[in-house]
Amino acid sequence: MSEFTPAKKTRKRFPFRLRLEPRLEEPPRWYPALVSFLAIVVALVFGGGLIALAGGDPIRSYIHIAKASFGSLGVLSDTIVKATPILLTSLACAVAFRMKLWNIGAEGQFIMGAFGASAVVLIPLLPPETPRWIFLPVMALAGILLGALWGWIPGFLKAYFGVNEIISTLMLNYIAVSWVNFFIFAVWTEGGFQMSPKFPKTAWLPRLADYAKAVPAFRGLTTHLGLLIGLVMAVLLWFVVNRSRWGYEIRLIGDNPRAARYAGINIRRNIVLVMMLSGALAGLGGMSEVSGVVHRLQTSPIAAGYGFTGIIVAWLAKLNPLVIILVSILFGALLLAGREIQPSGIPKMIQGIILVCLIASDFLLQYRIRIVRVDEEN
Amino acid sequence: MEALIIILQAGVGTGTVLLFATLGEVFAERSGVLNLGVEGMMLIGAMSAYSVALSTGDPWLGVLVAMLFAGAISQIHAFISITLLADQVVSGLALTFLGTGISLVLGEGLSKAGAVSLLPTLSVPLLSKIPLIGPIFFTNQSVMVYIGYLLTPLAWYYINYTRPGLHLRAVGEYPAAADALGINVYRLRYLYVLVGGMLAGLAGATISLAVSPGWFSELTTAGQGWIAVGLVIFAQWDPLRAAAGSYAFGALRRLILDIQGPTQLFGFPNPFYYNPYWGFFLQMLPYAFTIIVLVIGSREAVRKRIGAPAALGTPYVRGERGV
Repeated sequence: MSEFTPAKKTRKRFPFRLRLEPRLEEPPRWYPALVSFLAIVVALVFGGGLIALAGGDPIRSYIHIAKASFGSLGVLSDTIVKATPILLTSLACAVAFRMKLWNIGAEGQFIMGAFGASAVVLIPLLPPETPRWIFLPVMALAGILLGALWGWIPGFLKAYFGVNEIISTLMLNYIAVSWVNFFIFAVWTEGGFQMSPKFPKTAWLPRLADYAKAVPAFRGLTTHLGLLIGLVMAVLLWFVVNRSRWGYEIRLIGDNPRAARYAGINIRRNIVLVMMLSGALAGLGGMSEVSGVVHRLQTSPIAAGYGFTGIIVAWLAKLNPLVIILVSILFGALLLAGREIQPSGIPKMIQGIILVCLIASDFLLQYRIRIVRVDEEN
Repeated sequence: MEALIIILQAGVGTGTVLLFATLGEVFAERSGVLNLGVEGMMLIGAMSAYSVALSTGDPWLGVLVAMLFAGAISQIHAFISITLLADQVVSGLALTFLGTGISLVLGEGLSKAGAVSLLPTLSVPLLSKIPLIGPIFFTNQSVMVYIGYLLTPLAWYYINYTRPGLHLRAVGEYPAAADALGINVYRLRYLYVLVGGMLAGLAGATISLAVSPGWFSELTTAGQGWIAVGLVIFAQWDPLRAAAGSYAFGALRRLILDIQGPTQLFGFPNPFYYNPYWGFFLQMLPYAFTIIVLVIGSREAVRKRIGAPAALGTPYVRGERGV
């Protein structure tokens, strides 16, 4: 309703001024990609400046990131391992954001998913000699259930009590960390260390390296089945959001809640359902991480901020599940390489700068900037 | 009783951190700009205050730099959400990411740095003699605590009873009408986002130079910025309620830390002393309480038909049909 009047911004006593005009027609398809690309370039330049300010060498840092993440088949595989949890958490964020539901709690849902999957092994719900084809699905189911539960709480509170989901999901992140900490310290501790015992091999997601006997090229490659799970979920989610009736409801509520209500869409029900779906995806990510990489319940490698990176990736990919695949690999590279870079906060800072530049650049998609002569105007 | 007074006394200090951050956010949101970057700005404030106090030896200079740096970074959010009309939620989140990242990079190595001169503590001569209230509120408190006492009523008076305060509320409730009256909506929103940022920086400085001195990377704030955002809703954008909520949460945080110490509690063996792992459940409490407080705040807002400033979260564009 409001897009048709030009936005005005006054500059005093200057013969030219900037005028913002809303774009009436869709920009060409390549344009959003170009803008995002430029935003990242600008972000890297800013980031480089800050690295230099902190006493580092920006160019060497960036070359190091590129080499340490794409330099060989081995590190590429490690990059993909890092990208897998990001892929699932950013899918989780994307579906919620599509409905303008700000689920900032993918981190907590991811942690609870990891907890659920671990509980199957550690309680133990299934004996350690259970065959893999039973073990893994049950673990995945437990991860999905706990993730969905962790999404249901803020969804329910928002739908029926009007509780701001940003804050409730964030608070649940902290609660999830304490919850897992309690279990690894008090219940499942291995010899007083802050971690559970290692899972039996049957509870591990298969890795490429497991098939090195059949395919020698796979030797030492850590990429695990979680990648495939993530890819399948991305494609499924794309179909659900873009091609299903439910997806249409989600998009309509996101774009125009009033119209959605007049169309008879049950918004409350959708808030709860989408939060649960979002939590389930993040929880599945937690299961994939704990069963594919960590192989035990331990806080530090699981609560490593994948849920927060997922937010940025989802936004960068403009909430498109298929683009998310690509972007999460880039961010996997950033995280992988970042472990060796000093100061250690650099990857986090670059993520922040990228997000800021992206949001600022979105402006270029919705408005065009015209330079006009002031005296020509009237 | 002694122990309780000591806990409450320390709780006032802890609560002052939340108070500054919450008041700052009240100002920003009253002008119609939701700023979710509080956590990031607090980290920037805590890091720069500690860093400057360490290198110059002057904690006051640290406080000043913290407010300026956090204020400067808040203007990124102002620019993106007010001028570029972007979504305030995403922009604020980005600010938290950015602030966290920058403070981690610039604060590298600070945690191992030596002792730093802290902000002075003092007792108020007469007031500290009042039974109960004296020892809790006016004895051996940091200067920051007293600044908090002054700031709260000032903010309340400013927002509700002064002309600029009226303009602030107008800009947040009905920017188009404010604009028609000649109030510069954009300038005021920039200004109050700046105020919010500086207060968040002050909150950060209060942590690192007074309440729990030092720089512990992200754990320095441990989500207090987010609790502050939650408290604003609970406080229904009112400084006095914000103060009540902040001190209550401060006391709770202290209680959780201190309850695990003694071997006896009210004559019974202290379960938290003998089962130290129960402490993890205690740690959840502030976050769980924030959610509970939000439920209460949201219900009450619905019942009393008071709510957020009407224009909260919507960018203002002159000439467009507003709220």
